[in-house]
Order: sequence, then C-alpha cells, then structure tokens
Amino acid sequence: MTASSTSLSAPVTRLPGRATGSRTRTGAAAARRPLRERDRSGYLFVAPFAVATGLFLLWPTIYGLWMSLTDQSLTATESSFIGFDNYVEAFGDPQVWTTLWHTVWFTVLSTVPLVIVALVMALLVHTGLPGQWVWRMAFFAPFLLTSAVVASLSSWLFQPDIGLLDTWLANLGLGPVGWLTDENVAMFSIALVTVWWTVGFNFLLYLAALQGIPQQQYEAATIDGAGGWRRLFAITVPQLKTITGVIVVLQLLASMKVFDQIYLLTAGGPNGSTRPILEYVYDMGFTNYRLGYASAISYVFFALILVFTLVRLLPTKKEA
Amino acid sequence: MAVPASVSTMVTARRSALQQTRADNRTLTKLTIGPSPWVRAGALAALVVLAGLWLLPLAWGAVTSFKHEAEAALPASWWPSQGWTLDAYRQVLGHSELLGWMWNSLVVAALVTALTVLISAMAAFAFSQTLFKGRGLLQFLTLASIMMPGQILIVPLFKQMQAMGLVDSVAGIVLPQVVAPVMVFILKRFFDAVPGELLDAARIDGAGTWRMFWTIVVPLSRSILVAVAIFVFIGAWNNFLWPFIVTTDPQFMTLPVGLSTVKNAYGVQYAQNMASAMIAALPLLVVFMLFQRRIVQGVATTGMGGQ
Repeated sequence: MTASSTSLSAPVTRLPGRATGSRTRTGAAAARRPLRERDRSGYLFVAPFAVATGLFLLWPTIYGLWMSLTDQSLTATESSFIGFDNYVEAFGDPQVWTTLWHTVWFTVLSTVPLVIVALVMALLVHTGLPGQWVWRMAFFAPFLLTSAVVASLSSWLFQPDIGLLDTWLANLGLGPVGWLTDENVAMFSIALVTVWWTVGFNFLLYLAALQGIPQQQYEAATIDGAGGWRRLFAITVPQLKTITGVIVVLQLLASMKVFDQIYLLTAGGPNGSTRPILEYVYDMGFTNYRLGYASAISYVFFALILVFTLVRLLPTKKEA
Repeated sequence: MAVPASVSTMVTARRSALQQTRADNRTLTKLTIGPSPWVRAGALAALVVLAGLWLLPLAWGAVTSFKHEAEAALPASWWPSQGWTLDAYRQVLGHSELLGWMWNSLVVAALVTALTVLISAMAAFAFSQTLFKGRGLLQFLTLASIMMPGQILIVPLFKQMQAMGLVDSVAGIVLPQVVAPVMVFILKRFFDAVPGELLDAARIDGAGTWRMFWTIVVPLSRSILVAVAIFVFIGAWNNFLWPFIVTTDPQFMTLPVGLSTVKNAYGVQYAQNMASAMIAALPLLVVFMLFQRRIVQGVATTGMGGQ
C-alpha cells in the first residue's frame, strides 16, 4: 500500500529534499557501503520501534487469533480451546451480516460526497480568490475536532423540535425530521456529519495536488484560446486522476473503520439500524464479555479489509 | 542601530512575501477561471456559502454556549433576549473534570508524539542509511504491518493491558499508540534523500552512527519531522476508541473520553454542553491558526500514507 502511494504521492510532496532526490539517492547508496562494518548500530536504531511493534501490534495480532479459537470471557479467568466454533457461529449470526452491511452502506454514503465535495472545495479555493486563509480554516477546522465534540455539536443541531435544523424546517412549514431517531434517516444524518467533519482532510490533499500542476500548461491553453471550463476539464481534471484514486482508497479504508461518531451519536440505534461491525465487536467483547467471539468477528472483518487492500494493490503495481 | 534595521528588513521581507502571494493568487485566478467578473463572483459566492455552512455548527455551538441555560432550550434564536452570559463556562470549569481531562490529553498526546517521532525516525534511519542482516525482512514486516488496522486489536490488546497491569494508566493509553509503521516509511523516503557525501565527511571526521543521525540527518529533515509530529499529535489528541477502551476511572480519561461521559450525565444542559465543546475545541483550533501553513503542508506530505 505504501509502496504504491509513495510513487503516487510524488506530485504533492514539495519539501526541499525531494527536488534533488534522484541525484542524492545514488549518493546515499554509495554511502551505505562503508557502513557495513558497523552492522550492529542498525539493530540498535531499529530496536525501539521493533520492540514496540512486536509488543503492541504483532503480539496482540497473534494473541487475538488464539483468543478467537477459545471461549474466553472478560469475567472468567479460565477458558478452553473450542476450535473454529466462534467462526462457525459468526458466519451464522445475522447480526454480523447486518452490522457488516451497515458498515458498507455507511462507507458508500460517506465516501462519494467526501471525494466530490473535497474536490469542489479545492477547485474553488485554487482559483486564488481573496480570503484563502478563511476558506482553508473554514473547511479544515472541523477535522481538528475530536469525535466527542463533533457528536455534541451535531446532536445539538439535530435536536428534535428545538434544534436549529428542525427550527428552520418549521419556518419553511416542513415537519420535524427524526434526524437521529428515524431508522430511515439516521444513517444519512451520520454520513452528513462525517462529511462535515472529515472532508477538510481530502480537501487539503486535493489542494496540494492542484498546486503541483505546472502553470505553463494553463498559460499555453490560454494562448490557444481555451476558456475557463475548457481549461478545467482539459487540464485540471485529468491531472487529478492519480490523486483521486489515492483519496478514494484512503477514504474507503477510513470509512470502513467507522465507530466513534456512530457510537456517540446513536449508539448504533435506533433499533440497531446504524450499528457498524466495529461496534458489534465492542458490544460483544465489552458489554457481553464474550472476548473469544468478539475476536473472531474482528478477524472476519480484518480478512475483508485485507482482501480489499490486496486486490487494490495488484493493478497499481502494474501501472507503476 | 542594528536591531531596528533588522526588524525593518524583516517587516519589508514579510510585506514583499505577502505582495508576492497576492500577485501569485491574482495570476492563478486569471489562469484558472479567467477574467470574467461574473464567473469570479459566482465562484466567490459558492465559497462564501460553503464556508458559511461549514462554520455553522461551530458558530451555533458558540452562540448557545454564551446563553443562559433557560434560554438555550427555547426555540433557536441567534440573539438571546436575556443577554449574553459566561454562566455555562463558569459551571463547566468550576464543577467538572474538564481541565483535568485536558491535561491528561495534553500529556498523552505529547508523549505519543515524542515517542512516535523518535522511534520512527530511528527505524527509518536504520532502514535508509545502515546495512545489517535481516534489514530486508524487517522492512517487509514493517510494510506488512501497515495493513493491520489497530481497531481490530482492541479486544486482545485490552486483555494484554490487563495482564500487564496498565489499564487506567498513562502508559496503557500511550504505548499502543506509538506504533506507526506508515510514519517510518514516510521518514525513510526523506532520509534517502540526505546527501551521502555529508555522511561520508562526518564518518571521516570520526562521527559515530548516533552522531550522524542526530547532527546531520535530523537537522536536515526538520520540516518532515515537524510535519509528522503535527500529524501524530492531532491524531493522538483526538483519538477516542483506544483511550475509551483502556480507561474506566475518570481520573485517567482523556478529553474525548471524558466528554462522552459528561454528555450522558448532563444530557439536557445545552449551554453547558456547548461550553464544554468549545473549550475542548479551542486548543487545536488555536494551534491551527498559529501554524496554518505548516499544518496544511504536513497533511499534504504525510496524509497520503496516514489515516
């Protein structure tokens, strides 16, 4: 994943070191040879990171896999090996499928506007119109809020009857909407909040990519008599293809891990209609105390993410 | 004499930089949407509407936080008839653990940032500028671990923390967050570009590996290190899931976790709720206003591998 995004991100990295990359890389390679004698120091430098990764990433991964094969509980100290029973149960558990579907539905609902709105914002700001500082601040500020603040602010807006949104609707003669209480609406409300909250990040990625487009191309097009729209669709949009691919994948992966805002806004309700799979894992493990079963569900979910990640790695390798 | 002179040069430099930016923006406008005043007005109007919408929730929260509690629950009005008040802030700061949670968040985020940047930079240096047996394998493992989403590990990690006695402790919140393989690769990419001649020269002067890392590579990579640090700090300050899992005692809660418990306790006190939200939002918003350029650049350079 990083291997591919490394090459893809070249246009947006504009730090001094990059410019001389091709020349100095050979220099760095040459410099490595004499270091051979100091082999040991490399170990010392990797050691802290390797120990931390081993302890807090590798070991829990293995331990979790083991847990998923047991009937371990949060309260009991003893547990026994039960083979693949948890996995069999998970595949037959309708809640696993429902919450997985909610996760996918949320991912679709949030990813599409999160890419399109970010692009529109970046294109508008990239016009160089006055107030650059204000636009950047306005679009990125929500990203700096923690999920609990996002939940407070948005549930206040969504408040039935006295909330700002319902008040506005009432002024227009429209009935109150059960933003977070109507099963048919809640997921849309959550997606709306998520777009407001995190679009600033994609906006900045787009903006950086736009700044990487050589101005000469626009100048040449202007001389050739291309109008504003023509320049937008003939120069700007084609140059954004690569970054769009990266943003879509990053966004899909981020959206699939949704938990915070749903847990804090609706706690998965109404009637479990917004509960994502990560919340099901949490509920199973920490509310129902079934740690073994919760681990098994995490691994089913992980397998899906992994397949998705690997599948998307294949075509980009070829392109590069 | 020298001081005012240098100040005035700085001011002039700053002013000319500003003029340069303005001129660049004007050129950009000409190049992207052209000279038509109608198109410009349209784009500007779109920006104003979008920015207004995006600031609305914060603005509405701010207005509510300065209202009297009795009036906050009345149908929405932007101008309270009973006047503005700081009551909600007084209540929240005087009678809740908000400041304590903020302090916890600051400690946690600072520790996570310092440790993550240090160990990631060291590992990136080792991968980039030293040769040792197993380097390829370790690099591959690091690359593979990027694909492991931390959220999957909450259950086994919690059990592990219980066994290590780290539930409800700063170490328990911080340590699992310092593993950031993505950052190692972002940094490695920049360390690869450090000129080998510089390291050769240092080696001839008898510098050890640690000194080469600390006196050559780190200073040369300051901008990317700052970018990574900012990114890690924002992530750690705002992280909810892991601190939420590993703390049960309010004394150890970070701001996001603490706030989420208050919401249930004072569910109907809207002005106070909004006051807490404003206080919680303020630190990073101020940091952003101060370091906007760096943060924007940081997101652009590290964001690709992050999230």
